[in-house]
Amino acid sequence: MSDTTASNSRSGETIRANPRSSALRAAGPWLLSAAALVALPFIFRSDTYLTVMSLMGIAIVFALSYNMMLGQTGMLSFGHAVYYGLGAYFVVHGMNWAIATRAPIPLPLMPLVGGIAGLGFAVIFGWLSTKRSGTTFSMISLGLAELVGSSSLILRTFFGGEEGITTNRTKLLRLTDWSFGSQFQMYYLIAAWCLISAVVMYALTRTPFGRMCNAVRENPERAQFVGYNPQVVRYIAFCLSGFFAGIAGALAGINFELANANLFGAAQSGTVLLATFIGGIGTFVGPVLGAVLVSYLQVMLSDITEVWQLYFGLMFIAVVMFAPGGLAGLVQMHAPVVRAGVIGRLMPSYLMAIVPALLLLLGVVMLIEMTVQLAVKQSEGPAMKLFGIGFNANQPWPWLLMVVLLASAYALFRLVSPRLSAAWDSARVTAAERGIVI
Amino acid sequence: MGRASSLPLNLWDGATGNWVVSFGTQHFLIKRRGNVLELVLISTLNGVLYGLLLFLMASGLTLIFSMMGVLNFAHASFYMLGAFVGYQISKWAGFWPGLIFAPLIVGGVGMLVERFGLRNVHKNGHVAELLFTFGLAFVMEELVQIVWGKAPVDYRVPALLDFSAFTIFSTNYPAYKLFMLAISLAIFVGLFAMLTRTRVGLIVQAALTHPNMVAHLGHNVPLIFMLVFGVGAGLAAIAGVIAGPALVTQSTMAGLLGPILFVIVVVGGLGSLSGALVASLLIGLLQTFAISSNVSMADLFSFSGFAPQPNTILNDLWRVSVAQIAPILPYLLLVLMLIFRPTGLMGNRES
Repeated sequence: MSDTTASNSRSGETIRANPRSSALRAAGPWLLSAAALVALPFIFRSDTYLTVMSLMGIAIVFALSYNMMLGQTGMLSFGHAVYYGLGAYFVVHGMNWAIATRAPIPLPLMPLVGGIAGLGFAVIFGWLSTKRSGTTFSMISLGLAELVGSSSLILRTFFGGEEGITTNRTKLLRLTDWSFGSQFQMYYLIAAWCLISAVVMYALTRTPFGRMCNAVRENPERAQFVGYNPQVVRYIAFCLSGFFAGIAGALAGINFELANANLFGAAQSGTVLLATFIGGIGTFVGPVLGAVLVSYLQVMLSDITEVWQLYFGLMFIAVVMFAPGGLAGLVQMHAPVVRAGVIGRLMPSYLMAIVPALLLLLGVVMLIEMTVQLAVKQSEGPAMKLFGIGFNANQPWPWLLMVVLLASAYALFRLVSPRLSAAWDSARVTAAERGIVI
Repeated sequence: MGRASSLPLNLWDGATGNWVVSFGTQHFLIKRRGNVLELVLISTLNGVLYGLLLFLMASGLTLIFSMMGVLNFAHASFYMLGAFVGYQISKWAGFWPGLIFAPLIVGGVGMLVERFGLRNVHKNGHVAELLFTFGLAFVMEELVQIVWGKAPVDYRVPALLDFSAFTIFSTNYPAYKLFMLAISLAIFVGLFAMLTRTRVGLIVQAALTHPNMVAHLGHNVPLIFMLVFGVGAGLAAIAGVIAGPALVTQSTMAGLLGPILFVIVVVGGLGSLSGALVASLLIGLLQTFAISSNVSMADLFSFSGFAPQPNTILNDLWRVSVAQIAPILPYLLLVLMLIFRPTGLMGNRES
């Protein structure tokens, strides 16, 4: 989390040195991302990939909006899907209204409707929930999510009951000959909004307001001494976060041409929390990584195992316990070592650690899948296939193999971990000696 | 009404003009023209019972919060685990061994979670601790689904208690509910006596507020923390074992009850045991009374002849009955509390 101050002072110096090169350096990653977003559909052409990439784009906006609260301002919300779901509902109602009245609003502008809806509800709910911070705030966010979720069963006219509300995105005013009927065209709409939202959210972190958010996260009392009301800072961050969550929800509503109660359910709130944290809340790119990974895993894992949510949960617990900085944190941790040019020293022990890690993974997968075979899929009998090998789950030898795998993984970890930490220490000491700030 | 399925549910039988009040698998009938007193008595009993059950869980949650400063998101999962382990033991050895061993087993699981999970996460701060318990709740629900399936299991009231204890006017009150009431009260009194009257209780109370001082006096504070976590999980499991046969034992029960528990600790004031008791009873009574009334705005103002247009939001609100909004009442209470008294009923902790 200390990266922001360090990079800030660095970029401050470069601005004085050469304004043009610093502007290029700031815009460079965004230009590259834009080029990548444009090029991706030509590399991954199939409809499945287009669908998954569209979902990733939506998840990125949602996770970034979530991290405005969790990572930047230190507010842990368990009900962020409320603004996502309401954004979807309002955009679907807005589209149906525009179709019915032939209002001249083109589809690409429609996500703003969702964003304004998200903002509006965040203004109301945020006023209530940001009165408290810390754990109480988290519990209130959960309560408000339940309130909205239950209300959807009462206000059936607006929420459409169990089925939800449908729409048709091709019937709106067309400015070009794109109808947005195909997933290919839809992908570009999502990619454009994803890029715009990401740029705006990144720019926000660079403003004095973004800095105050960080200050409120680190030490609300000191922020107060400087003359800012932490409650107001949290409230503004909450509202802005609701706005972008609404945009993400609107994109989802347009993409599925449907808004239903699942969109603001507890599962949706949980998924965005998982994705953001697995990616890493300490950096701006962390949630992007998490959103991409989690969307991909959701599609891929649900194809190969019935209990993919269990793997998901275990992965999340592992990240919380062993890598609280998330994926981005792990990468960031290695930056000074790479810059000092001593990353090579870590490689031998990393290669050694791969062996027990694979054994552990194999053992855990065997344990879970064999239990599932015997408990959930009782009717299919004990015959099963894992990694292409067929065997019977009710025989003792696969269980024995599983125990051996787990035991040897544990033993090897005990053997490797002292080497690993020694290599790590020496690499860091060398990096420090070469004048690289850790 | 999916969300309300584990709560007492009201159905009005239009043909006979009677109300059928269902509490899980128990149904009882209230004559429409019967006594108001009857309805009030039954609802009060049910409300106190539900409130005490909630307090069994909220007390453990509050103790753990005071101790570690972290709200255990997986607390309702221990309640669910208690119900399922109790059900499994009841299948093998009957209900009574389940009542004793299930809380012990779940308490043991809780201690392991504290020792090997939470204690290692502690150094990463409160957010990491809360997220750890969040992940744990997620994983526990999945595991229960794998072992016991997604459908409700057939957890039965023991034959010994399967009769009606007394009859008020025309309502038979099941003996099992009286038993639930007795167990909840006994544990409440026992917990209170232990915390305030015994040496162990004093050490625990001291460890909550001044862990370093207690450690200097030679007590093993990490061990105390582990035991308190285990006892909290065990209390939740007792609630699960005794509520399981009366309500629905299903893998969604943790997700349904968890948010209500958090409302209770926020409304009562975070870290306040007496606040948790008041809030539990308040929410128990509120929901039970709401559920036994199917009056809507349309009924109240039927004399005015006003009827909103069909298929409008106003019409939805006009026709919704009090019983239908019962599931959202705890959350409305939370909102009101935040507007008028943000620290909760008895809380003074500004976290």
